[in-house]
Amino acid sequence: MNERIECLRKESFETSPSVSIERAVLTTEFYRENEGKYPIPVLRAKNFYNLCEKKTIYIGDRELIVGERGPRPKAVSTFPELNCHTAEDFEILNSRPMTRYTVAGEDIRTYSEKVVPFWKGRTLRDRIFSNLPQLWLDLYEGGCFTEFMEQRAPGHTALDGTIYRTGLLEFKSRIARAMENLDWINDPQATEKNEELQAMDIACDAVILFAERHAELAEKMAEETTDPERKAELLKIVDVCRHVPAHAPRDFHEAVQTYWFTHLGTITELNGWDAMSPGHFDQHLAPFFEKGTREGTLDREKAKELLSCFWIKVNNTPAPPKVGVTAAESGTYNDFTQINLGGVTEDGADGVSEVSYLLLDVLDELQLLQPQASVHISSKTPERFLRHACRIMRRGSGYPSAFNSEAVVMEQLGMGKRVEDARTGGTSGCVETGSFGKEAYILHGYLNVPKILELTLNNGTDPLTGKMIGIASGDPMEFHDFDDLYRAFEKQLIHVVNVKIRTDNYIQRMFARHAPAPYLSVLIHDCIKNGKDYYDGGARYNTDYIQCCGIGTVTDSLSVLKKHVFQEGSIAMESLMEALKENWKGHDELRQFIWNRTPFFGNDDEYADSIMQRVYGSLLDAIDGKRSPKGPTYHVNMLSTTCHIYFGKKLGATPNGRFAHVPESDGTSPSHGADRRGPTAVVKSLSKMNQVKSGGTLLNQRFLPSVLDGDGGLEKMAGLIRTYFNLGGHHIQFNVVDTETLRKAQKNPDEYRGLLVRVAGYSDYFVDLDDHHQEEIIARTAQESF
Amino acid sequence: MNNGIIFDIKRYSIHDGPGIRTTFFLKGCPLSCWWCHNPEGMSSQPILVRHSNRCIGCGRCIESCSTGAWSRSTEGRLSYDRRKCTLCGKCADACPSAAIEIAGKEMSPGDVFLEAKKDIPFYDQSGGGVTFSGGEPLLQIRFLLACLHKMQEEEIHTAVDTSGYCEESTILDAAKIADLFLFDIKHIDPKKHEYYTGVSNHIILSNLKKLDETLARRGRGRINIRMPLIPGINDDSENLEAVAKLSASLKTLSGVNILPYHSTGEGKYRNLGMEYKMGNVLPPQDKKIAEALDIFRSQNIEAAKGG
Repeated sequence: MNERIECLRKESFETSPSVSIERAVLTTEFYRENEGKYPIPVLRAKNFYNLCEKKTIYIGDRELIVGERGPRPKAVSTFPELNCHTAEDFEILNSRPMTRYTVAGEDIRTYSEKVVPFWKGRTLRDRIFSNLPQLWLDLYEGGCFTEFMEQRAPGHTALDGTIYRTGLLEFKSRIARAMENLDWINDPQATEKNEELQAMDIACDAVILFAERHAELAEKMAEETTDPERKAELLKIVDVCRHVPAHAPRDFHEAVQTYWFTHLGTITELNGWDAMSPGHFDQHLAPFFEKGTREGTLDREKAKELLSCFWIKVNNTPAPPKVGVTAAESGTYNDFTQINLGGVTEDGADGVSEVSYLLLDVLDELQLLQPQASVHISSKTPERFLRHACRIMRRGSGYPSAFNSEAVVMEQLGMGKRVEDARTGGTSGCVETGSFGKEAYILHGYLNVPKILELTLNNGTDPLTGKMIGIASGDPMEFHDFDDLYRAFEKQLIHVVNVKIRTDNYIQRMFARHAPAPYLSVLIHDCIKNGKDYYDGGARYNTDYIQCCGIGTVTDSLSVLKKHVFQEGSIAMESLMEALKENWKGHDELRQFIWNRTPFFGNDDEYADSIMQRVYGSLLDAIDGKRSPKGPTYHVNMLSTTCHIYFGKKLGATPNGRFAHVPESDGTSPSHGADRRGPTAVVKSLSKMNQVKSGGTLLNQRFLPSVLDGDGGLEKMAGLIRTYFNLGGHHIQFNVVDTETLRKAQKNPDEYRGLLVRVAGYSDYFVDLDDHHQEEIIARTAQESF
Repeated sequence: MNNGIIFDIKRYSIHDGPGIRTTFFLKGCPLSCWWCHNPEGMSSQPILVRHSNRCIGCGRCIESCSTGAWSRSTEGRLSYDRRKCTLCGKCADACPSAAIEIAGKEMSPGDVFLEAKKDIPFYDQSGGGVTFSGGEPLLQIRFLLACLHKMQEEEIHTAVDTSGYCEESTILDAAKIADLFLFDIKHIDPKKHEYYTGVSNHIILSNLKKLDETLARRGRGRINIRMPLIPGINDDSENLEAVAKLSASLKTLSGVNILPYHSTGEGKYRNLGMEYKMGNVLPPQDKKIAEALDIFRSQNIEAAKGG
């Protein structure tokens, strides 16, 4: 890391996130004056233009890649047209202990006077919530599902390589051609298409202007500086910003800046989930890197410096803060920009290049929260690349995560995409599969599957509130066998999913109508050709994901019911229900019996794994291929992000021995402490899920650094990843644990039964060691982690 | 019947030979090394192991026991009398918190294969396989040979982790099939060897030589020397140099692994009601380990720390 990067990194790392009201004030002024004058897409584009024209431009000292969403690094905009923060929300953001955002007192007053009154009752959220059915609200409040489009716009977008070959001026001529080709006689939608295309054209101008304003500022700064070196850098910035993104980039520097302007444009236009992602950034930049190094205008160090500048820029854009109840919960600053490294190219060749290694090094050196990097491993990926990635993974930051290129491609083929479009696709957000640059793959929120079992065991009533929120699916005391119970669970599941989908389809249309995203639509294939917005089904592919949580918890719970209650009769349903009601208090023996005598998911055990397969099948039956206004676009996703914690809070004690209100199992990982036969058994269990039928699964694996040390450890880590992927796994990430986790393991050994530690010449389960040696290992690990 | 007694199975075993492996621990050992970290594997018969940290004091063990081996002391603690126990296993079945375990289970070679088979994709990918450890696996030679044959049929790489203390014909029988021997050398001096392990090393050293010759003739199968490094017991340079010289003389040596002593077994001794003779011996220091490795490397031997 050179001195420039050290300074910029320090600034980014140390600056605490703040809220900037500039965007909200400009947007409010614009709406106040112009709402009703233009068709909505044009209004949205003009508002975007107004923002690009008037927002404060920032160029930091020593920066090479320029542009911020707010007026300064880490200043986050708000989006009152979608949902409007109140003064109270800002007070909470200002004072909460976790993930604070600073808001100036004066700004809160201005907001309360100028912004809040205008939007009261007219934000998209207000309009949506005023019209939601009670059925939906009951299930939502009961914690059966969340709603992604409630506070932020649908987004979840990653780009392909088009912007590196096509300047915005070229996009403008494509838009003009599409407008010329409109069939005003036979196409009943010609008017709407014309409006949308006009809006796209304005959006292109907006971003060109945004870049030009950076050029102007850099020019002024160049005149003022006395440092000849900085002057030259600023003049290069002027040159870059005058060329891109109006034109296609000519060199590596311009290519990186092109992406950054594009990224900023989309996150200024709206606050789509998971910000924006560059997709296969290494593949996109490789030709520029090769050209530059061939011509002698670029070397590794210079390229790395530019990539580091970019990396820091992404870290400068924390996630937009939420409002209302959710603002009180601690969230994360991470806005989930993900960079895919490696993978395969459009024609199926290996995608690894020198730039892939450079980006891994940048990730490793900077150790910043954002962006996240993932490595995509295919059978063609060189072992050197996988090992290099493993070396970084085992340092314990959890980055990069690893994905299976072949599974990602197969998932998309199953959804009917062309093979080329599937290969240029990848993963964004956490683990979600999409065709980069060609698809709107929208997350709809998480589904609390264990909660649905809880409703089943209470005949539709939520035991936490006593409120009937599900359907009457039968009194569990009267079920004759496990299948009776399972059928009731399926009924309950279908009911909850249908309520969610009905409402989601309505919300989708509200976004399509009231909050189109013309700039994003320019960037995604076929929106221009179709004359349709990204939110309105304009993209080549459209997918709606429902993310199903808690497969471990629900499988293990069903396993307890099947084995002990129905098959062996060793536990009476009444006693189990009573223990759950009392949160196991006074039922320790029963809980221990369950915990130690039940086949659980994650142990390569057919009994439990077949239950997982059955539940997974039911989720697919309930969701896959369900219709949205865009077609049969609903698919299953299996990630939980951090929602398993929230869902756990909304869930009473579960039959698998889990206490009330503690987290449920994360992603597709086994329940904490339920996997007791080591990582190969976990991987085998997971491989029994037909993962390519989903749009992504997530497997967390915990290790101690010492288990993975040395060349041997590295090889075996790589071997574990390759084998999981050979067996059809989608994703795996390693949590190389620290002392804190080991302390927790000492306190709650039951939850950490699967934690492998390297003892000496062999590994053992940490909780199986006696106190003395646990302490010894803790002391040793602390040394190893630095 | 070729059944054997197994007291533990570890999947994703990554320190017992190359690649990702499954290790089967065969019960019974003719040696009784002071530092053994698997004391539950010493006797040939099943043994009851208590995990006191898991015990919730419910007393189901007392109820289930027909010979009175379990009782509750006046302070309310559960106590176990090994002399009255018939190892029927009823208490282990009754214990809700899995605090009682019978270490040692009869398995057929077919059972072993079913377990080994589960991780074949990992062996194939990583160059791993199956390791038979113990105890002393050669003590159950008929069972071991049947297992090795089964693995060979399925083209699974095999390793035998042995003390080398057995009839010569026994180890040579295994040498016809196994791919790798993890051969322990604990001390070069016969007297000290006998003092710390209960047996002299004459047979061991002679078996090592014969094994080496047999493998060399066979043209397949290697020996990996494994040496525990125990401060004050076998870490003097004289001993290390002698072991290095011995290793260097082997035609089929694949390398040497130095396994630094650790006292992790101590708790197990307590759980088993056995005496731990190592007292306060501390693990060797990094410097000492590096010196030991250097002694081997100076003989052009590939030496590494750990398994």
